[in-house]
Amino acid sequence: MKPLEGLRVLDFAQFLSGPYAALRLADLGAEVIKVERPKSGDLCRSLVISDQKVGDDSLLFHTINRNKKSVTADLKDARDLDKVKALIATADVMIHNYRPGVMDRIGLGYDAVQAINPRLVYGEVSGYGTSGPWVGKPGQDLVVQAMTGMPWLSGNDGDAPVPAGFAVLDIACGNHLAQGIMAALIRRGTTGKGALVEVDLMSSSFDFQFEIFTSFLNGDGKMPKRSAVSNANATVAAPYGIYQCRDGFLALAMAPIATLAELLDCPDLTPMSDPDMWFSRRDEIKEILRGHLSTQVVRHWLDQLEPADIWCAEVMDWPKITETEGFDALDIVQEIAGPDGKSIRTTSCPIRIDGTRMRSGKGGPPLGADNELLSNGNNPAE
Amino acid sequence: MTAPPLAGLRVLDFSQFLAGPYASLRLADLGAEVIKVERAGMGDLSRYLYVSDVLIDGESSIFHAINRGKSSVAVDLKSSEGKARIWQLIEGADVVIQNFRPGVIERLGFGYDAVRARNPDIVYGSISGYGTGHTWEALPGQDLLAQARSGIMWLSGNDRDGPVALGLPVADILAGAALVHGILALLVRRGLTGEGGHTETSLIEAIADLQFELLSTHMNDGGILPSRPATNAAHAYLSAPYGLYRTADGHIAIAMNDLRDLWQCLDIEVDISGLDAFRDRDRISAVLANHVRRMKTHALAHLLEQADIWAAPVMDWAEFDEAGILQSLGMIGRERRGGTDIATLLSPIRIDGTRPSASGPAPRLGDGGDAWRTQP
Repeated sequence: MKPLEGLRVLDFAQFLSGPYAALRLADLGAEVIKVERPKSGDLCRSLVISDQKVGDDSLLFHTINRNKKSVTADLKDARDLDKVKALIATADVMIHNYRPGVMDRIGLGYDAVQAINPRLVYGEVSGYGTSGPWVGKPGQDLVVQAMTGMPWLSGNDGDAPVPAGFAVLDIACGNHLAQGIMAALIRRGTTGKGALVEVDLMSSSFDFQFEIFTSFLNGDGKMPKRSAVSNANATVAAPYGIYQCRDGFLALAMAPIATLAELLDCPDLTPMSDPDMWFSRRDEIKEILRGHLSTQVVRHWLDQLEPADIWCAEVMDWPKITETEGFDALDIVQEIAGPDGKSIRTTSCPIRIDGTRMRSGKGGPPLGADNELLSNGNNPAE
Repeated sequence: MTAPPLAGLRVLDFSQFLAGPYASLRLADLGAEVIKVERAGMGDLSRYLYVSDVLIDGESSIFHAINRGKSSVAVDLKSSEGKARIWQLIEGADVVIQNFRPGVIERLGFGYDAVRARNPDIVYGSISGYGTGHTWEALPGQDLLAQARSGIMWLSGNDRDGPVALGLPVADILAGAALVHGILALLVRRGLTGEGGHTETSLIEAIADLQFELLSTHMNDGGILPSRPATNAAHAYLSAPYGLYRTADGHIAIAMNDLRDLWQCLDIEVDISGLDAFRDRDRISAVLANHVRRMKTHALAHLLEQADIWAAPVMDWAEFDEAGILQSLGMIGRERRGGTDIATLLSPIRIDGTRPSASGPAPRLGDGGDAWRTQP
């Protein structure tokens, strides 16, 4: 039995952060019903990247919303709203990511919904929390990365700030929402009462940075300075970083410099053997390594380092890693069904339970595919 | 006031460094009692992992950040006396977490099967670098190396930059988060059926999941590689103007926006009407970059905000701190250990309008208080 089997989740959210949380709950066995506006639905349905569409919807929509159901309702229409309320009465969890205040105006704020279903766990995603001067700012991934200092941690000193090139905070925040929801469900098992769970992209950004942000809070109030050469973490000593070789790139994690000098046959490093120098003179050390490592192919260096248990790896791209035995053995890829019978390849839930991977072959739902649930919403989850 | 959601649950955490301890930190924040099981004499190696000159009561600031609110027992896991004491704790535990390399915990005698035999409803969580049962299982489970193998380094930075590592331990943190999901889901099931279970994840699975949108695109578009913008990059798959731009006194982030609105708002005269927002994004970004480079960040951000264009100044922590937002959200906590005041960053999750947080500082090695009692 999948661990969340028998639980019903209503997902009013669109784009990524809320739907990502709902996806994880679906992976873990919950029945997830998207509640979408008629005609357009989740705007992600029309967000096409790399020209990839499956049927009427973007591939992206299927990736994020596989294994969910869809009902359509105009929440400003009283009759539709009543049907949605009837559905809420049967649900265990609901999730939304409307801007603060919107659900209250519709009549589906936490207090109103609690009156319908006191056992409901209510999850809410915002950009910056529900009070304070930033409430009205757009809760968009890149915008929040920029405001929370994150782009100053990647790239080299002297470079412009480098943001993560994907929606890292939507995913972090969706993770936090799923955590809060499941914790509240555990408590409900004892108390019978629901809960309001709130997360926001900004807090999630700081949670991502929490280790070194704690140093900042207790230190001199300056941001850590990125390394000028091959930076991969502003606070870590040499040799930590990525180095170009003749045919590719090598990642080197923490390693004693004297050992590297010997294994790599790089006598220039020997004077830097004192661990006290590894941070204070890291750019000089990494400069020497950069010159030395560029003279040979990646495999050559791996052959010297791996047998000595030095932490290193070849930098791969997707074609390379997806062809490795390691990736294949993990069985991460799954096939799901698109609406036109076309099969879609996507990743699976990153969690295994009792040795098996949580999977379902169901693709993203066509808009309103499960509208019969609205006329007969009192049916409990299947 | 209602109890924090996981009150009354006891977690035994054999893990060290970040991925496993991050998972137990979140469980502690949500109300569980977390006991670190550490090697006598040495303890969690992150006690000594100094990332800056900031030491707190003699130990690294990151150890404090990761382990606040937990207690610690120091044990020799290889001695029979140590083993006996751990078994006592396991009998009173709800959750066990471990992140040894595959096979190690079984050799120590505390693998899932052995633990389940003594405590059948245990929820057991394991994190590894690359999963088990294949040639990669013995590889060191280290964040940068998992990033290197996962393809993620080709998604950030500009086209000619070479691979760009994220300067944060994303694989560790997300593997920890995934483990929390597995553990909580199993606790939900245990509440209904009484059965425990074993949940596993790894750095490589978590970092594949982090890329799931774009990796799924790659797996269905015939294997086209991501192609990063030449300049101002913030996403390989999005159109102009998405990116960061230099200003006269800093940088500004501009997200997805209608180019006509943006051009109108900034009064840009260069005509781009014949250009495609994706295919010609480098040419469009160059025009925008040239236009904003003489403007002041905050004036520019204000102008864009007024027009409802999604943009923000790129701030550093000091500027952000001045804004006082985290303080107003109650996300900064205070603890004290050994006469030192400690500022801590609390959990990002609020429940019923409050922020459940583990109380107390990180433990000194073996400072388990009353952890040895067998029942919570």
